[in-house]
Amino acid sequence: MKKIIVTIFVVLISINIPAQDLLDILDSETPKTDNIVTATFKGTRILNGHSIENRKDKELEFIISHRFGRINLGFDELFGLDKSNIRFALEYGVNNNLTAGLGRSSFEKTYDGFLKYSLLKQKTGANSFPFAVSLFGSIAVKTLKDYDPADKRTFSESLFYVGQVLIAKKVSPSFSFQLTPTYVHRNTVRIAADPHDIFALGLGTRLKLTKRVSFNSEYYFAFDQSKSIDARNSLAFGVDIETGGHVFQLILSNAITMIEKSFITENTGDFFSGDIHFGFNISRTF
Amino acid sequence: MKKNMKTIYTIIICLLFVTVNNAQERFLTKNGSISFFSSAVVKDFKADNNQVLSIIDAGSGQMAIAILMKSFMFEKALMQEHFNENYVESDKFPKATVRGDIVDFESITDLETKAEVEGVISIHGVSKEIVIGANITKSEESIFVKGEFNILLADYDIEIPRVVSKSIAKKIKVTFDFNHKPYKK
Repeated sequence: MKKIIVTIFVVLISINIPAQDLLDILDSETPKTDNIVTATFKGTRILNGHSIENRKDKELEFIISHRFGRINLGFDELFGLDKSNIRFALEYGVNNNLTAGLGRSSFEKTYDGFLKYSLLKQKTGANSFPFAVSLFGSIAVKTLKDYDPADKRTFSESLFYVGQVLIAKKVSPSFSFQLTPTYVHRNTVRIAADPHDIFALGLGTRLKLTKRVSFNSEYYFAFDQSKSIDARNSLAFGVDIETGGHVFQLILSNAITMIEKSFITENTGDFFSGDIHFGFNISRTF
Repeated sequence: MKKNMKTIYTIIICLLFVTVNNAQERFLTKNGSISFFSSAVVKDFKADNNQVLSIIDAGSGQMAIAILMKSFMFEKALMQEHFNENYVESDKFPKATVRGDIVDFESITDLETKAEVEGVISIHGVSKEIVIGANITKSEESIFVKGEFNILLADYDIEIPRVVSKSIAKKIKVTFDFNHKPYKK
């Protein structure tokens, strides 16, 4: 009997349960945490319009955006390079979820201010959430004196408002898309038949080509358009090139403007007959 | 019958002994610290991770470390995003691991002892053999391991674009500090 006990004892000691790999134990001991999905888009713009990405906390970014004239203007205009619209902007991360920006476009001497707030984040892990939602609001003031001197435009008549809900999903590390329901209100329109309020829906995508280069596209479909101009939906293609500290975007767009109220509701370029504006966005973070 | 009971008791006591012994054999920490330092021409930066898991089997001297890449905290959030997105590709390779043996583990005492951990380190999906120098203090209640080593980013297929080559060092200094406590399942 004693022999049996001793045998059992020896066997038990020698088994000693080391079969489980130490790394497996660490796996099982890893706390289950939420993982916020980052870098759905690389820049704060998909191309012309905003992406859900915010400036980070207390970061100040200086953005220079440029759109040249239409490529199909030919050699005389050096394929559009003679003409340009430039927007300078300072954009600041109030915190990680709220970005405020002020910009000035040379086109129609327009000033714009915006706020962008990250409402919901896409998450994986314990409390996963399938997509991200941000809210965007902007006010633009047109200061170009293109009115009849006898009929001076008041400040309030020069105002434009934009509200957007940005809904984005990073489907995989290399593909993201964003749906952007948009509302634009113009205090002044050219003729009475032009709508003051325009609803539009944007679709933007990002396809990662290499670790630092992605191909983006962006389309805004407007449900109503101004009658006084031959308005067209905005379409843009471009690449994001990331160079360490900043993102450099090269863009081909049928709109010359870079603020929502303009490229969504005032664009007349026909992309497929060559009304294409080459442009870029560069940013420097401080 | 009486004899049988005695046998059963003895076996139970043996079993208890085995389990207790086993529980004391492994030492674990869930909040080990790892920091890394990059010192390049233009700038220096560091990142800290205080949620490193590490385990030591005191019976065999085996050690394993698991490091979640997304838990590295940088001074600038943008750097952290770049680190995860472009350099270590945390979505594809969420963890770095070390699996090794502490050489001459039995000879380590409750006074700080110089030792070496020999094993395999995996970062960014690339595994390499490594010998890490460490200072280890061992007692009944804890195993304390700290030290530092260098890694070459190129060894782990972590590319540095030319434009930032003056801001990121090719050789990164890594320091670690783990206070393992007895692991009870």
